[in-house]
Amino acid sequence: MIVGEQKPFEEIWEMIKGFRKVLVFGCNTCVAICHAGGGKEAEILASLIRMKAVQEGIGMEVKHAAIERHCEPEFFDPMMEDVKTNDVVLSTACGVGVNFLAERIGDIPVFPGINTQFFGAVPKAGIFVELCAGCGDCILHLTGGICPVARCAKSLMNGPCGGTNKGKCEISRDVDCAWYLIVERMKKLGTIEKLYEIQPLRNWSTATYGGPRRVILEHIKDIEEQL
Amino acid sequence: MKSGSNLEKVLEGGHFAVTAEVGPSKGTSAKVVQRKGELLKTYCDAMNVTDNQTAIVRMSSWSGCILLREIGIDPVMQMVVRDRNRIAIQSDILGAVALGIRNVLCLSGDHQRFGNHPTTKGVYDIDSIQLVQTLKKMRDEKKFICGEDISGEVPLYIGAVETPFADPIEYRVKRLAKKVKAGADFIQTQAVFDVAKFIKWMEIVRDEGLDKQVHILAGVIPIKSVGMARYMRDNVSGISVPDDIVTRMEEAKVAKDEGVKIALEIIEQLKEMNSIHGIHIMAVAWEDIVPVIVERAGLLPRPIL
Repeated sequence: MIVGEQKPFEEIWEMIKGFRKVLVFGCNTCVAICHAGGGKEAEILASLIRMKAVQEGIGMEVKHAAIERHCEPEFFDPMMEDVKTNDVVLSTACGVGVNFLAERIGDIPVFPGINTQFFGAVPKAGIFVELCAGCGDCILHLTGGICPVARCAKSLMNGPCGGTNKGKCEISRDVDCAWYLIVERMKKLGTIEKLYEIQPLRNWSTATYGGPRRVILEHIKDIEEQL
Repeated sequence: MKSGSNLEKVLEGGHFAVTAEVGPSKGTSAKVVQRKGELLKTYCDAMNVTDNQTAIVRMSSWSGCILLREIGIDPVMQMVVRDRNRIAIQSDILGAVALGIRNVLCLSGDHQRFGNHPTTKGVYDIDSIQLVQTLKKMRDEKKFICGEDISGEVPLYIGAVETPFADPIEYRVKRLAKKVKAGADFIQTQAVFDVAKFIKWMEIVRDEGLDKQVHILAGVIPIKSVGMARYMRDNVSGISVPDDIVTRMEEAKVAKDEGVKIALEIIEQLKEMNSIHGIHIMAVAWEDIVPVIVERAGLLPRPIL
């Protein structure tokens, strides 16, 4: 899922303080799971903004709403007319949702209420960890299911570097050395020999470095067009 | 000869090599590198110029190398993959060769988070092993990574580093083998303090036959103070400082003298190991001590080839 964290309130306030009709718009999928931007968080944030507006003596009408997903039009199309009655939308969806709404909402600004962080998992309640970088060229079959692109601080293909220390990364004792994990896992799998081969230079053009990416499923696209 | 560098001549000639490290200054004066160069010139066969070590901005490695060349020293250009993509790497190599640099040491580089610009973006387009491979391709095939031809020769002596005491220990030698396979001509190791442990590591290196395929120079760091000994023991990844060395430093009347003594004892043991072909002295902020150590270790005069 996509993991995000709510922006500091002061930063949010600076974005929206000049507007009169504000909609705090949550998304009930990924960012709800990480307690950053679901309907509940949007409601709480809307209350905080109302209180701040009262404190500052600013007349501000603050509403809140949430939909299941901000990344597919059918979820917010039915709400679009209502959404457009506001002066500004403070979206607590991930960055995808902010972009997607901004493209559809006309002249009304859409601001981000959260910082979108990474694709992550939830090993324990309240802990979210990055496990995939969405690089577009998966090599997990070569590294025991542990991603060096996302989980090695240097994205090394032939690690570990000299900075590994008792299984931890040189950047922090709280960060596991991905290559230490890879070596240990490959030993257990009996496939350590795979690591003796030099992994070639990566094609980073499949990652974001090749420009904005898109995937087109021709068969589905064609059916949609026929309908 | 692959490069014709002095370091290559010394190592291929079967001599016990001595290299030293120079950290360029955080400024524009050529004098810092020149002064260190003049000081160490006759005491080593080649001098490494670090590449923004610990991710702190300093004068570039290649320019430091040129300053050393101007005073007759064979420089080893350190190159980290942290700050350059494959375009910049290959471009810098072309320029370095044009300016007479012949030795290049390939490293990952300390993560940018440690340095004085922790909010920067690290590049890490290729890794250090792939850098070795790239330089070999440029030299032997006269081709860029993309396969296009390079005009002119690319005479390089290719170096890589190894941290024998880093985890996972049993995999380190396999990774060294990857560096050798990629094309490393020489290896400079992280500093050795625990000689017994290093000897064991070298036994595995010999079992793999790697000592016959690459020249290994063992790293030596003279310890200047008790604090430095403790700091390296507790905080520096890949360095193993035994407690008795820290104790000796603590109990010494003059810590610096004891540090030199320890360095000399380590060098003496390294010299006895046939599979070690030299030492690389990293006297961080204590360059003045290098001549003393080299002389007292009986490593003078340096061969003139």
